[in-house]
Amino acid sequence: MARAASKTAASKTAAGKTTATKARPAKKPSAGGAVQAPKSPPPENFTKEQELAAYREMLLIRRFEEKAGQLYGMGLIGGFCHLYIGQEAVVVGMQMTLKEGDQVITGYRDHGHMLAADMEPRGVMAELTGRRSGYSRGKGGSMHMFSKEKNFYGGHGIVGAQVPLGTGLAFANRYRGNDNVSLTYFGDGAANQGQVYESFNMASLWKLPVIYIIENNRYAMGTAVARSSAETDFSHRGLSFKIPGIQVDGMDVRAVKAAGELAVDWCRSGKGPIILEMQTYRYRGHSMSDPAKYRSKDEVQKMRSEHDPIEQVKQRLIAKKWADEDALKVIDKEVRDIVGDAADFAQADPEPDVSELYTDILL
Amino acid sequence: MPVEILMPALSPTMEEGNLAKWLKKEGDSVAPGDVIAEIETDKATMEVEAVDEGKIGKLLISEGTEGVKVNTPIALLLADGETEADLDKGPAKPAAEAPAAQPDDDKAEAPQAKADAAKVPAAPKMEAAADPDIPEGTEMVSTTVREALRDAMAEEMRSDERVFVMGEEVAEYQGAYKVTQGLLQEFGDKRVVDTPITEHGFAGVGVGAAFAGLKPIVEFMTFNFAMQAIDQIVNSAAKTLYMAGGQMGAPIVFRGPNGAAARVAAQHSQCYAAWYSHVPGLKVVMPYTAADAKGLLKAAIRDPNPVIFLENEILYGQSFDVPKLDDFVLPIGKARIHKQGKDATIVSFGIGMTYAVKAAEELAGAGIDVEVIDLRTIRPMDLDTVIESVKKTNRLVTVEEGYPQSSVGAHIASQVMQRAFDHLDAPVITVAGRDVPMPYAANLEKLALPNVAEVVEAVKAVTYRN
Repeated sequence: MARAASKTAASKTAAGKTTATKARPAKKPSAGGAVQAPKSPPPENFTKEQELAAYREMLLIRRFEEKAGQLYGMGLIGGFCHLYIGQEAVVVGMQMTLKEGDQVITGYRDHGHMLAADMEPRGVMAELTGRRSGYSRGKGGSMHMFSKEKNFYGGHGIVGAQVPLGTGLAFANRYRGNDNVSLTYFGDGAANQGQVYESFNMASLWKLPVIYIIENNRYAMGTAVARSSAETDFSHRGLSFKIPGIQVDGMDVRAVKAAGELAVDWCRSGKGPIILEMQTYRYRGHSMSDPAKYRSKDEVQKMRSEHDPIEQVKQRLIAKKWADEDALKVIDKEVRDIVGDAADFAQADPEPDVSELYTDILL
Repeated sequence: MPVEILMPALSPTMEEGNLAKWLKKEGDSVAPGDVIAEIETDKATMEVEAVDEGKIGKLLISEGTEGVKVNTPIALLLADGETEADLDKGPAKPAAEAPAAQPDDDKAEAPQAKADAAKVPAAPKMEAAADPDIPEGTEMVSTTVREALRDAMAEEMRSDERVFVMGEEVAEYQGAYKVTQGLLQEFGDKRVVDTPITEHGFAGVGVGAAFAGLKPIVEFMTFNFAMQAIDQIVNSAAKTLYMAGGQMGAPIVFRGPNGAAARVAAQHSQCYAAWYSHVPGLKVVMPYTAADAKGLLKAAIRDPNPVIFLENEILYGQSFDVPKLDDFVLPIGKARIHKQGKDATIVSFGIGMTYAVKAAEELAGAGIDVEVIDLRTIRPMDLDTVIESVKKTNRLVTVEEGYPQSSVGAHIASQVMQRAFDHLDAPVITVAGRDVPMPYAANLEKLALPNVAEVVEAVKAVTYRN
């Protein structure tokens, strides 16, 4: 039953299509205010430097997550651990569109967002192992990590709670009169939380500069989108609030970047919020202890072999002769060394001093 | 040197599992992400993926083996350039993984050591400053609690651009209970923000704005409606400073009327003092007088932490003397001795003080000299002042309108028992609301709340004057 349902969902949402992004313009406006839905842009033509940067960033996230999975398996990472493998193009493409002062906030599948935001792999991994040099001094863990310096506002463990918070970051931007935007990420599961729609309403009412990025990886934990969502086109979720939405091939970093540029411009120019539905896929289970029995191995394998975000960039780099296998191996090695160093550091670093039990409760 | 592939744990509680199936054989090349084996426990089956690139040199555990302990080497992986001959070089592990294989029991800060209660460090003591001296000759102005709260907000908004107020009906309507009267006219709609009826959402928006460095005052039309928002208050506002290792927190005030009003029945009549006082990372203030309302709200707005500021609809219209000073700020976390006395101590807060004060007057007539302490702040709680008083009077009665189980009074009684047991000449009596949802009928409503006679009886009981 579950498997049949998941297949239905898969064919309906068609994540990972390599074709161009599709615009889902809002309905014709009724009296009282028009939303001119933006047209969906085609994937951006990347330069060699952009392709190489995207390759490296995505590979760093993938290798980091594989290592995190390994350390979890060895008992060095505790609690819940949600890996981002498969979804790398989303954060890497979006991060390419930001400028100083723009904020990022997300839920608990957050390691990729932090690495994309240029947070130190050592600090992230040391937080995963619960050590004193972790970003939260070992007190937050996988799901609760922050970097004020990098404008990364967490790392939130309650499904959907980051959506009003990200809307509040946008409120602060508008209050201060700057043109910064808030990138508020959440999943297809969180998209059914009530507070998301409370936020949509206020963001649209007050024209707040917030990009709602719905990472639709097709499964809310183990429940396929079609079994949990009456409207599976998440780009339509803002229609009642006059928030336009675009569906984006979230497996193609160029498509993400193009849609991201459009959305960032939309917000910076004072038009209010916008929704980007990133159609993506997570290769691993919901968390480390999820065997992912709710979907077929063929489904996962098909995504991996036909739509892998890193492989797509690799193929383009080779086809355009911008890099050969040897050159890419050098990058692979660099990335592997960074991740290995982070893992070594995260195991050698001491646990927090016991006095930390009572610090950071109140200022 | 070949790399060991270890038996992984599916969860922190897993100790062993079955190696159900090998998907690679000796001599196969593997890349990171390749599934090499399936393992199973009684709960689930999981695939094991390769993390490193290389060639499977040797399978150490055969397919179908049951009860394989976590972290047991299950295969050896040969790196680029290595051959089968390298397998004899003995089990080598990447340096990165070495510490994991050997639990570092010589480390003082090993998690197991923390389980020893004796080694749990003591909580640091919070010291609140004393109330500021009010210069002699300061003019005292009779002010309602409502006006005092409004004045506090207006003064802080004048002095700090980051302060703004948001909530339902705070602007155009001038406040559902008129606490924000005039603020829109003075500060404009950028800083006095009417929200839709959407508590969960706007509480979260406020917390997000606070993360970004603004200083929001979020008004709940009543704290009953803040139940819709309690996740944002507790999980986002209160815990972020800790979870962020001190990097960011929420300098925010959540305020509004709390507790029973009159004839509004169960869903609109509940005291949240005990609820919020349970949560580390919050401060909880519940003033009684107009002077305290003003001085403490100003302090709450300046405080870098999330502050729950519990007001009361019935108190809004009551007048008290407020010192006419340019900047009258009171310390959060400091109780106020409302009336000195020697025979018994009554501790209360907020509207509970109305019963305490009247009872003390009545008891004075009966020759019992009661000391009345107004806690003012529920968290952090000034237990030192309570205990000093108990050491003098040896008797304690607490008074509040909230439900009796796990009440503020119950906490005080427990602390006094632990810290001043030998000073007690009678068991502590906790006067509270009845253990029932608030009824609507006037007679039942009256029965559900504490009353002055009950407080008088309690003091007589602890002083053995019955």
